[in-house]
Order: sequence, then C-alpha cells, then structure tokens
Amino acid sequence: MTGTLLALFVAVPLLSGGALIAIPHRTRLHQVALLTILALLTAGAVALVAATRDGTVLAHGIGAWPFGIAIPFVADTFSALMLTVTGLLSLVCAWFATLTQVGRTRYLAPTVLILVAGVNGGLLTGDIFNLFVFIEVMLLPSYALFVLAAPGRGGLRQIAGARLYITVNLLTSTLFLAGVALVYGVTGTVVLAELAGMAATDPTVAIAATVSLFALSIKAAVVPVHGWLARAYPSTSPAINALFSGLHTKVAIYAIYRIYAVMFDGDERYLWVGVVAFTLTMVIGVLGAVGESRGRTVLAFHMVSQIGYILMGVALFGPLGLTAGIFYLLHHMIVKASLFLSVGAVEVTHGTDRLGRVSGVARRDPVLAVAFFIAALSLAGIPPFSGFVAKYSLILASIDARQIAAAVAMVVVSLITLLSMLKIWSGMFWGRSEHAPDDDAAARVRPVPAAVGASGGADGTSDQAGAAPVPAARSTAAAGAVTGPATDAVVGRRVGLRLTMPALALAAITTTLGLGGEVLLSLAEVAAGNLADTTAYVEAVRGG
Amino acid sequence: MTLALTAGLLIGGAVYLFLQREMFRIVLGFILLSHGVNLILFAAGGTHRRGEPLGGDLDPDVVADPLPQAFVLTAIVIAFSITVVMLVLAVAGRREDDTHDTVPDHLDDHPGYPEDQDGAAHPQSAPATGGQVAP
Repeated sequence: MTGTLLALFVAVPLLSGGALIAIPHRTRLHQVALLTILALLTAGAVALVAATRDGTVLAHGIGAWPFGIAIPFVADTFSALMLTVTGLLSLVCAWFATLTQVGRTRYLAPTVLILVAGVNGGLLTGDIFNLFVFIEVMLLPSYALFVLAAPGRGGLRQIAGARLYITVNLLTSTLFLAGVALVYGVTGTVVLAELAGMAATDPTVAIAATVSLFALSIKAAVVPVHGWLARAYPSTSPAINALFSGLHTKVAIYAIYRIYAVMFDGDERYLWVGVVAFTLTMVIGVLGAVGESRGRTVLAFHMVSQIGYILMGVALFGPLGLTAGIFYLLHHMIVKASLFLSVGAVEVTHGTDRLGRVSGVARRDPVLAVAFFIAALSLAGIPPFSGFVAKYSLILASIDARQIAAAVAMVVVSLITLLSMLKIWSGMFWGRSEHAPDDDAAARVRPVPAAVGASGGADGTSDQAGAAPVPAARSTAAAGAVTGPATDAVVGRRVGLRLTMPALALAAITTTLGLGGEVLLSLAEVAAGNLADTTAYVEAVRGG
Repeated sequence: MTLALTAGLLIGGAVYLFLQREMFRIVLGFILLSHGVNLILFAAGGTHRRGEPLGGDLDPDVVADPLPQAFVLTAIVIAFSITVVMLVLAVAGRREDDTHDTVPDHLDDHPGYPEDQDGAAHPQSAPATGGQVAP
C-alpha cells in the first residue's frame, strides 16, 4: 500500500455520503451501501496496519505539492490501529442503528459516512489546521445525528442535549482554532513535521500549543472540563450514543497523543500536570457514576473515568506508558461501545434505561446478559478480558515511572467501576422477569414532529408537564414505541437475538484481545516506538 | 495593537453574552467569538510587518501572508454553518429551552406533553404504573 491511497480513507466515505443524499431514499439500499462502505474502509485499515506493522510511516502530500505547501496525510502504526478500530466500531454501531428506529430515517447513512470521513481525516492528517477542519467535518454530521429520530418519535430531550453538545463543541473548536493561530503566529507553520520538537525548546510555542491541547482536553472530557459529556451523551438515541462514544472523544485523545509526542517531544517538564489532571479524571469520573440512576448516564461517567486511564499513558510517556496507553485506548473503544450497545438494546426494547424500571433481562435474554457481563468485567479489568491486560500494563508502567499514587488510584477506581457495573447488572439484568413497565415507552410516543423540523408550538416543558396528566397515548401506543421482534407483547418483552448481536460481537472481540493480547500489545509497542521517537514520522512527511 | 484590542473586545463581549440566559444570546455570543478568533488568525500572519500585495514590489517577506487569510475563510464558512444549526435548535423546542428560565406568555396555555422520557420528573405518575419496582 502506498501513501497515495491514504486520501481514499477520506474521499470514499465523503463522496459516497454526498451521493446517498442525492439519490432517492430506499431504506434497504441506504443500509446496504452504508454497511458495505464501512466494511470496505475497515478492510482497508487492516491492510494499512499490515503495511505499517514494522514501524514504517507512510506519507503523502495531497496534490503532489512539495513539502511545506501540500497538506500531508501520514499513517503510522498508531493511526492505522485507530483507523481499524474506529472503522470496526462505526460498522457495528451502524449495524445496530439499522435495526432501530433511526435506521429507517433518510439521513442516517449519509451523515454517518461524512462523520467517518471526518474521523479518518482527523486521524490521518499531519497538519493542525486540517485537524481543526476535519474535527469540524466530524462534528457537523454529529449535530444532525444527535437529533436524528424517526418521524414523530423525536424527543425534546434530544434537542436540549444537542444545545449543550453544540455549544460546548463549538466553543472548544473555536478555542482550538485560536491555539492554531497562535502556533502559526510564533512559528509560521502548522505542519506537525515542521513543528517537531519546537515546543520543547521554545516556551512561546509551548504556550501556544497548550491552548490547543486544552481545547482538545475539553473535547476528550478531562476533569475539570468533563461536565458536558455525561449530560449530553445520554440524551441522544442509544445507537448514536454508542457511535459517538467510540469515535468522538477518541479523536481528541489521539490528537493529544500525537501533538504531545511530536511538538513537545514528550517533554518531561510538563508531565506532572497530566499525571495530576488524569488521576483526578479517573477518580471524579467514577465517583460521578455512583449517584446516577440511568444506565447510559452511569456509562457516560465511566467514560470520563476511563479517559483518565487512557491519557495517563501520555502523561507517563516512555515506551512502557505509551504502549499501555495505546492498548488501553483501543480496548476501551471496543468495550465501551459494547456496553452502550447492550444497555441501548434494552432501552430500545423497553423504552427506558432507568435502573430498576426494567428488570429480569438476564432471564429473558441470557445472550444479551452474557454480552453485558463480559464487557462489564472487561471494563473493570478482570481477567481474562482485554481490560485486564490494559490495566495491568498501565499499572506496571506507572510503578516504573514512580507514580505510585496514580497506580493506587487505578486499582481503587477499578473496584468502584466494578461496583457500578454491578449496580447496572442488578438494576437491569437481575431480578424478577415478569415485570416490564410500559410507562416510559409511552412517554416516548408523543405526537411531536421529527426533532429538527419540529414546529416550536408542539412542545412541552419537562417541569410543567410533570404536573399535567399524561396523555391517553400511554396504554395504546406503548407497543408501537419500540422496535424489535416482540413489539406486541408488552409484558415479558424480549430484546431478541438480532439486537443482541452487535454488542455480542464486540464482547467477543474483547475476550479475544484478552486471551491473545500479545498480538495487539506488540503492535501497540511499535506504535509507541513511533511516538517516542518521531524522526521516522518527520522524515516520511518531508520525503513524501 | 488595534487587532489585539479589537479581538479582546469581541471575545469579552462573547463571554458576556454566554453568561446571559436564553439560547439566542449564546448564538450571538458565538458570532462575536468567531470574529474575535478570526482576527487572531489574521494577526498571526504578521500584519504589523506586512502590507497589501499591491504595486511592483512583491517580495514575499513584506506582502500579506495569504495562508492565514485562507484559514480565516475556512473558519468563517464553518462558523456560519454551525450558527445556522444553532439557530434552528434555538427555535425548535424552545419551550423546553433549559437556558431560559421563564416560559413565554403566548405559549403558557399550550397543552404540554411529558418531556422527560424517563419519568424522572413525574413522581406523581409512578404509582399509576403499579409501582412494583421501587425506583
């Protein structure tokens, strides 16, 4: 595979997304096209991993312009691994989405494809201004996806969440842009390969780059700027939530790794800031989950906590820390998406993810319970799943770097994570199986037009509406609110195998990665080597 | 210096508007903020030592740097499109605008629908379902 082909990772989804908007809507055609293209991209990313597994760096200046003028696309092992896992996750989440209500909407396929184009571009670009552009390419379809709903099924909660989501992301992007401007002002370039090591030698460049890094930390939801994530994510639909959890914050994390490795050269003077901030992120994230009573909110707080773990890899720097961090990142994306998908499958079927409202899922859907159980144990770091390999290597790395407090925090946070997972388990999967409340399912079925196009007049407010009697739609329309094989049976409704498969597939992957962790760990080691020593990266870009 | 002061003024105004209630003011704040950041981008091109690219002297060291201008152009387009999306969200479902503390009068007697899909805000409605499971 040559560097010239790298542009295809952006061009193919972008152009096909555009084409799908233009052609008339046929649900089946859109779904098949979406899944095929995502599968092709994943296959391409696997080929890219194979091409870069020995540490080769592929680079290409778009349009064959000379270095310094061209927009460089660079792929090393780290970006190839990220492309593979994001491709896989978008495939699985899109598969899940096609099984739910949002899958029948006209704009699902185009927006997901454009989102994937933005993600791929962000992972491949070697230029921080283009990183800004690709993050925007990724965010714009996300704003549409956030409020996407089947006609008549849009909830106002989605819009309220989208307001928060867009406000935070736009503010962050603007801040990032200001950082890019400052970097350009002091160095006269935005190409990472030209900026290599500059922030380590020149404090003004370091300050300018820190503005960008701070903006990326807001996107990655690092404490103390994490509050938006746990409030925004659970208000979108379950399928989209899983997709976002796998792609969005992770691009920001990837960019933090890349910028700190290349521009700062892993400067040791600033690492303590990271260690403190990321330890706090781990602890505060997991404590936030304790007080929550909705499945997806608990998971979103855990995401914050896990982001602390992942970024600890860059704060420890060194080959050991980076390897552990990269492994953790890849493991986390898979496991988190699996958890969101299994809780999402319950929510899609029963209309709520409030713990205690749905119970006994384990008895009706043992396969789904197994998928959730595996992913939950993997998240907490119990062997033989990939979470154990990830946590164990990260703890070893922090002991090696003499960050004993961080290592202790990791162990304690794991225990609290396990407790939280047990809370979801007992509140949703355990218990008597006869009870299946349809109250919340009814709350979804309101004669409200589709989210964005909603005329403002058809809305209510949450506080005032609480006092008003619930419309009669409750009992009759409840069954219509849900997708899934057993829509007619209100009591003892089953999730069914179809909705279970996506979560189960990802749970199988985390088990495989746990048992055969050596393969991925050695790839992560190569990726970490490229980050620790950026000469190969710089030379590939200069030569390409 | 003029650019720096103007950018500061715009961003200060943006922060003031962000702290106000109502989505529409926040959108206005974002318009100011993106202008402020665009001016920072312009200033990054070294406007204090470069002039207009007019006349015979086209020495690249003294004529305006085109790259930040291309950046600004890109940023303007992006900010514009997101502003449109935000305005839509300010209008759609404005009764449930949680950045707004009062409900407009003309909407007050509209028959509302329960908004919270979880039923969290409806302690009264919980017993109606039978209440077999304690929340």
